[in-house]
Amino acid sequence: MIRYLLSQLASAVLVMIGVSCLVFFLIHLVPGDPVEVMLGESANPADREALRQSLGLDQPLLTQLFSFFNQLLHFDFGHSLYSKQPIVDMLVERIPATVELALAGLFIAVVIAFPLGTIAALKQGTRWDYGAMGFSLIGVSIPNFWMGPILILLFSIGLGWFPVSGREGWSSLVLPAITLGTAMAAILSRMIRATLLEVLGEDYIRTARAKGLPEGLVIIRHGLRNALLPVVTLIGLQLGTLLGGAVITEMVFSWPGLGQLTIESIHRRDYPVLQACVLFISMAYVLINTLTDIVYGWLDPRIRLGQETAQ
Amino acid sequence: MLKFFSIGIIVLWALLALTGSLLPLHPNEIELNKILAPPEPGAWLGYDDLGRPVLDRLIMGAQTSFLVALWVVSLSLVVGTMVGTFSAYTGGWVDHFIVRIIDILLAFPGILLAIALAGILGPGIDNVIIALSVVGWVGFARLSRAQVLSLKHREHVQAAVALGVGRFKIIRVHLIPLITAPLIVESTFAVAGVIISEAGLSYLGLGVQPPEASWGSMIRDGTRYMLVAPHMVIAPGLVLMMIVLSVNLMGDRARDWLDVRSR
Repeated sequence: MIRYLLSQLASAVLVMIGVSCLVFFLIHLVPGDPVEVMLGESANPADREALRQSLGLDQPLLTQLFSFFNQLLHFDFGHSLYSKQPIVDMLVERIPATVELALAGLFIAVVIAFPLGTIAALKQGTRWDYGAMGFSLIGVSIPNFWMGPILILLFSIGLGWFPVSGREGWSSLVLPAITLGTAMAAILSRMIRATLLEVLGEDYIRTARAKGLPEGLVIIRHGLRNALLPVVTLIGLQLGTLLGGAVITEMVFSWPGLGQLTIESIHRRDYPVLQACVLFISMAYVLINTLTDIVYGWLDPRIRLGQETAQ
Repeated sequence: MLKFFSIGIIVLWALLALTGSLLPLHPNEIELNKILAPPEPGAWLGYDDLGRPVLDRLIMGAQTSFLVALWVVSLSLVVGTMVGTFSAYTGGWVDHFIVRIIDILLAFPGILLAIALAGILGPGIDNVIIALSVVGWVGFARLSRAQVLSLKHREHVQAAVALGVGRFKIIRVHLIPLITAPLIVESTFAVAGVIISEAGLSYLGLGVQPPEASWGSMIRDGTRYMLVAPHMVIAPGLVLMMIVLSVNLMGDRARDWLDVRSR
C-alpha cells in the first residue's frame, strides 16, 4: 500500500510541475508584446517598463521559470493588473462559491443518475430503459450555456420560483446546480446501467436469489455495491468536466466563482490572474484524481497490486 | 426511424455548411424596423437585436461549426493517432515521455485549457481551431496508444518484424488498419464535443467575432433579449442540440455496429 501511495503521489507531483510549466508559458503565447497587450497601446513607456520588470519579462526565460516556481511554492501569485489586489486574496474570495456549485452539481448528478441507471438496468429493453437512456443522450447533447438560459426563462422569469442570477441563499443555487449536473448525470447513469447489467449477470447474484434473498436486497447489497467501484472512479474523472463546465455555468448565472474570475481576467487582459485561476483549478483537479486513485486502490487491492506487478 | 432522422439532420447540416455561401442569404443585412421582430412568413425564425434574419445567421453559424469541427477533428485524429501509435510501438523512454505529456494535458479539467488558450491567442476562428486541437489530439493519442500496446505483440506484427519490415511500414500496414474502428467511433463523438466547445468559446466571447455568426454567440446575444425575443435564444440552441444529439446517436450506432467495447 505504501508503495502504491508513493507512486501515486510521485506521478501527481510530476503532473503538477508539468501543468505549472504549461501555465507559465501561456503568457509567452500572447501574440506580440504581452506588456503592450495588457496595458494597451496608449500606456506610457515608464509604466510598461515597470510592468515588464514586475512580471520579470525582462529576465532570461529560465530565470523567469525559476522565480515563477519560487513564487508558487510560497503561494504568491503576484498582483492583479486590474484591481491591484493580491491574486491570492481574489482566489480565496472566489473559491467557496465554486466549491459550493461543484458540490451541488455533483449532488444533482448522483441523485438523478443512480435511480435512472438502476431502473434502466433492471428493466433492460423496456420503455423504462429507452426513456432513461433517451434522457441520458439528451443530457450529454444539451450545452449548459443553452440549458441555463432556458431554465431561467421557464423557472425564474416564467414561474418566478428562483432568482435569475447571482448567489444569494439556497434558492439561487438550484438552477446553476441543475445546469451543471445534468451532463454528468447523463454520463453517470449510462455507466451505472452498464456496470449493473454486468454485475447482475454474475454467479453470486444467482446464488443470492437462489437462497431466497428478497430482490431489493439482491440489487442493493450484491448488485449496486459491486457496481459502485468503477462508478466512483468515473465520478472522480468527471469532476474535471464538472469544474470545466462550471466556468461556463458561472458565466450564465453570474455566479461569483473562479470560473467567472477566469473569464473576467481574459476580457480584462489580466493575464497573471488568468494564469493563477487556470493553475488553481487544474491543481485542484489533479489532487481530486490522485485522492480518487488512492481511495480506489485502498478499497480494491486488485488495483494497487495489479499496478505494482505491472511495474 | 431515429436513424434516418439523425442521418438526415447531419446531412442537412453538412449541406447547408458547404452550400450556404451559394444560397441567397442576407445574414448581415440590417432591417431597422424589424429589430427583435418575431417569426413571420419570409423570416421563419424572426429577427435579432440588430434586425438581421435569425435563420440566415443560423445557416452562417452552421458553416462556422462545420468548419471548426472538420478541422479540429481531422487535425486531432491525424496528430493524435501518429503520436499514440508511435509512442506505443517504440516503447521505452519515448513512450514514458509522451505518456507524461498526455497526463499533463489531461490534468486541465474539461474545456479550461481551450478557454485559456483561446483567451490568450485572441478571438478568431483560427485560434479556436488551434485551441481545440491542442486539447483534442490527446484523446486520440491515448486511444491509439492503448490499442497498439495490445496489438504489437500479435503474431502478424512479430512476423513482419522478423522479415525485416521497417517500423513505419509496420505501423502503417499492420497496425493502423486494425485500430480504425475505434478511431471512427472516437472521431464521431469528438465531432459532437467540438461543436459544443466551439459554441461554448463563442458564448464566452472567445470564438468567432462579429459580424461572423456562431450558434454560441447567437445564444449569448439572445440571452440579453430573452424576455422580448425568446426566439433569439431558442432557435440556435435547439439547432445546436439537434445536431449534437444526431452526431451522438451516430456515434452510438457506429460503436454497436463496429462492436467496439466502450472504454
